Amino acid sequence: MTKLLEWLFGVSFVLVAWAVVSFDLLDLSLPQTYREVAWPMPLYLLVSFGCYSLATVGYRVATFNDCEEAAKELQEQIKEAKEDLRKKGLKM
Amino acid sequence: IIHKGPRNDKYSVLLPTYNERENLPLIVWLLVKYFGESGYNYEIIVIDDGSPDGTLEIAEQLQKIYGEDKILLRPREKKLGLGTAYIHGIKHATGNFIFIMDADLSHHPKFIPEFIEKQKEGNYDLVSGTRYQGNGGVYGWDLRRKLISRGANFLTQVLLRPGASDLTGSFRLYKKKVLESLVERCVSKGYVFQMEMIVRARQLNYTIGEVPISFVDRVYGESKLGGNEIVSFVKGLLTLFATT
Repeated sequence: MTKLLEWLFGVSFVLVAWAVVSFDLLDLSLPQTYREVAWPMPLYLLVSFGCYSLATVGYRVATFNDCEEAAKELQEQIKEAKEDLRKKGLKM
Repeated sequence: IIHKGPRNDKYSVLLPTYNERENLPLIVWLLVKYFGESGYNYEIIVIDDGSPDGTLEIAEQLQKIYGEDKILLRPREKKLGLGTAYIHGIKHATGNFIFIMDADLSHHPKFIPEFIEKQKEGNYDLVSGTRYQGNGGVYGWDLRRKLISRGANFLTQVLLRPGASDLTGSFRLYKKKVLESLVERCVSKGYVFQMEMIVRARQLNYTIGEVPISFVDRVYGESKLGGNEIVSFVKGLLTLFATT
């Protein structure tokens, strides 16, 4: 099954469950509180996911390692390499 | 601690090049240094796509310096793309393991022993260098670039749940047979090609190990990430989402 299909199945399942509870499609006679809580759930989940995404990406950008040491080391090694290659006869 | 592998392990490094006259000698020097120190058996296969700047000529000089058994030249007439470069390189590789990496010094050979040890640790089918975990990271990226990178990676994780932290990275170690079977299945281009390799690897139940790496962006200049690249990335991601 492709990821797209997995998502479609998952979303359909959630939406069907939500509709059944919110609109009492199966005449389950659930308590009013169930319906009141279920009704805003899709929007609530979307907004929560949006906040989670922003927070996660923001955190990851803020903690993205800046490899200063690696850059310095590379510059030094480039000098060393050029010198060594020159000695070995490389003509650049 | 340096672990010397069994005598019959050999590592082929594929270096597709296009206009890398300046960088090629340096990356080769570093590869020779770190492989030499580690004691592992290796070869470097330079796949030049008809570079107009004389990359091939420099490669020939390097071959004279380091030997034809260590530096193999397998050039092509013109720029033909990464997937076919790998296929071409694999045909001539005598190693049972293959390293793929960039020739522009953004990937540092000092991580090679870590890749090898990681692979042995779990007998992984492939080991992927990651900029996003552990002490992996990047040098030379501004805030915009970091934001795009992390944002794109987050989207990829949500949509594809790939089981690897860095999908667009191209510093990897593969078992030769694994690389062969993946390359023939992958159809995308550019960044998405590297992503597709990992996704297909998961589909085929190959095991993936990770090594944090530092990525030094463009020693000699700046690489830009334009609107076009972003659009083609999103298109490629959605294609993978819908087809795998």
